[in-house]
Amino acid sequence: MRISYREAMRQALHDALASDPRVFLMGEDVGRYGGTYAVSKGFYDEFGPERIRDTPLSELGFVGAGIGAALGGMRPIVEVMTVNFSLLALDQIVNSAALLRHMSGGQVSVPLVIRMATGAGRQLAAQHSHSLENWYAHIPGIRVLAPATIADARGMLAPALADPDPVVMFEHAQLYNMEGKLPDNWQCDIERAAIRRPGSQLSLITYGGSLPKALDAAAELARDGIDVEVVDLRVLRPLDTETIAESVSRTHRAVIVDEGWRSGSLAAEVMARIVENCFYDLDAPPVRVCSEEVPIPYAKHMEGAALPQPAKIVAAVREVLNV
Amino acid sequence: MFDFTLPSLGADMDEGKLIEWKVKPGDAVSKGQVVAIVDTSKAAVDVEIWQDGVVHELLIEPGERIPVGTVLATLLEPGEEAPPQGAARGGRQAGARAPAAPGAGAAETARLRISPAARKRAEALGVDLARLNGSGPGGAVTLADVEVAVQPGAPKAPEAAPAAHPAADRNAEMRRAIAAAMSRSKREIPHYYLSETIPMARAQNWLTQANEGRPITERLLMAVVQLKAVAAALAQYPEMNGFFRDGRFEPVQAAHIGVAISLRQGGLIAPALHDVGSKPLDQLMRELADLVKRTRAGSLRSSEMSDPTITVTNLGEQGVETVMGVIYPPQVALVGFGRIMERPWVEDGALVALPTVVASLAADHRVSDGHRGALFLAELRERLLRPEEL
Amino acid sequence: MTEKFPELRANVIAILRSIAPEVEADELRDDRPLRQQVDLDSMDWLNFLIGISEQLKVSIPEADYGRLVTLANLLDYLRAKLG
Repeated sequence: MRISYREAMRQALHDALASDPRVFLMGEDVGRYGGTYAVSKGFYDEFGPERIRDTPLSELGFVGAGIGAALGGMRPIVEVMTVNFSLLALDQIVNSAALLRHMSGGQVSVPLVIRMATGAGRQLAAQHSHSLENWYAHIPGIRVLAPATIADARGMLAPALADPDPVVMFEHAQLYNMEGKLPDNWQCDIERAAIRRPGSQLSLITYGGSLPKALDAAAELARDGIDVEVVDLRVLRPLDTETIAESVSRTHRAVIVDEGWRSGSLAAEVMARIVENCFYDLDAPPVRVCSEEVPIPYAKHMEGAALPQPAKIVAAVREVLNV
Repeated sequence: MFDFTLPSLGADMDEGKLIEWKVKPGDAVSKGQVVAIVDTSKAAVDVEIWQDGVVHELLIEPGERIPVGTVLATLLEPGEEAPPQGAARGGRQAGARAPAAPGAGAAETARLRISPAARKRAEALGVDLARLNGSGPGGAVTLADVEVAVQPGAPKAPEAAPAAHPAADRNAEMRRAIAAAMSRSKREIPHYYLSETIPMARAQNWLTQANEGRPITERLLMAVVQLKAVAAALAQYPEMNGFFRDGRFEPVQAAHIGVAISLRQGGLIAPALHDVGSKPLDQLMRELADLVKRTRAGSLRSSEMSDPTITVTNLGEQGVETVMGVIYPPQVALVGFGRIMERPWVEDGALVALPTVVASLAADHRVSDGHRGALFLAELRERLLRPEEL
Repeated sequence: MTEKFPELRANVIAILRSIAPEVEADELRDDRPLRQQVDLDSMDWLNFLIGISEQLKVSIPEADYGRLVTLANLLDYLRAKLG
């Protein structure tokens, strides 16, 4: 069955709400408006205002309320409109959600799922377009997910809700309209990275909104006889070092694609792990394709130029292979 | 101590392959001496040193492909003492090398580039890495290079310096190099074009007379007369002679004229005929003949590749009437000569048939304007009308 | 009439080939302008004539260049000089 990423996410939320009375959805415009990206359309009528709660524009407040609900035995799903706004709730996420198990000596846990849109490409300008996944991937105590396929959009929410600790889920805004076949076995783990395209000459390692671009680049390279493997990180914390190292040890070369800025990026972390684990198997220095280090521009052509694109990925791969 | 780095031998060069060292550690060298031969996409070039000194250490092995700016060797200033052993800047053996001191960038570029995977594999197979040519980024030896080296039938450890590019590669590379330079020119340089028809009867008669008493080996070609006339005109219009770099024009006093020389296998090179303005025609003729010969044989000197301050092209030889040239960056002008042919000409109210040539100017509008360009061409015409003064 | 200098054409073409190695002796037409068949600029042409004058020991005044258009012209001219 072909469905959109949005629909896959909607189905996952619907399942969760229908199957567990402790689950509720909370966030800006999730109720009457149906969600900024229309993921929760129709839920307000179906599940009622108690379980689909519109909140004031106060990330600090409603993320905190979600943490409180989780401590009280609920299984809240809090939607933050974009990662840019989540900075208002950093204290709740970093100082409370991530730490309460530790601070309480294991007495309490925070079974909370925070969903947020991320990334650029929709001309929403700098304050709505950044990719800050790495900020969260830095923090012990939370699990960070980046579903980048239809199946992961459908399958990741259930294990995230089952996790006794907080889970932050990044949905790239460019992916909602992506359509694809939902496989029958869409159930998945939230532990491992996935090889989305096997290949032998180089590992293209990426996540989230850059995955379709990496796959496009791999397809283009394949037409020139260049066989590239595409690895989807899926889980940004804890990183699946084993899958990364296995792939790079086999291909001997790596290009990491990350929509975040290069400095202090997730790509930098992946590169560090490659060097730590695969140094003697490397046949060329690993290379990164990241966003230009500027606020993401509004103008369409400049926005496009600032982001990783298939052509940039192809060029980086060719540089590493010297072909 | 000073570094000898790989110079850019033209706007289109970003890397080269060291073919041969002409010096060894301990040799005294003087400014202008050829110290190495480097293969570029266009030719094998004799690279000259630009400062007197004594060769201290050669950091790059023949066969290595290196980017422009790479330190090829370190030299001692005349009279400078060699530093003690421990302070050597660029040992090649990985194990024996002291950790690079901050700022010792030379040592980093000097280290043979071998990927960790290739090193591990080479150790297992007993391959001598120093003898391999790297095909990886920056000329690094890769896993594939090691594996090819141990395949049966693979050329074992080339003893001689690796040969220059095979002809086909050279042609393809030259095409790419020309494409890059000309695309850059048309992208960056706002060209303007002017042309002027110049009567050539006087120049031809003068040349005929000048050649009459000469043995064939000393005869002059009109091309030399034209080059000298261009140099003379440049002396009055210096804004046609020099380089446009980093957003501004750098005039050059001497006219180092790049002479466009087409190669038999295709492509072209425009090496410098140095200081054309100050040399007599006889000497220019000898130097031009030598330059053409060496260009075709693929043995040019680095200064000839990097020095031209303007280019002159003479497509008239191939029979065209007019040439509208593309400036070779970072130069700012190109003069073209068409075919010398008889045309109807009005002189003193009478129609006569006269040999004439169309001289054209393509110039960089960032540096000069059409008015000055027109005056330059007028000056060139006057010079060609008074060949005896050249 | 027997050829007085049977090797002349071959010698001239050998000199030409030292300047333009791509020349094939069989493909050259003696009755067509040489510089239309072979890509020779004025420097090549001069070197060609220098080669001939040095190897065959003939002097070729510049005033005669105009008569040397085809290979046949050149061979006739040289036969006259050598004869």
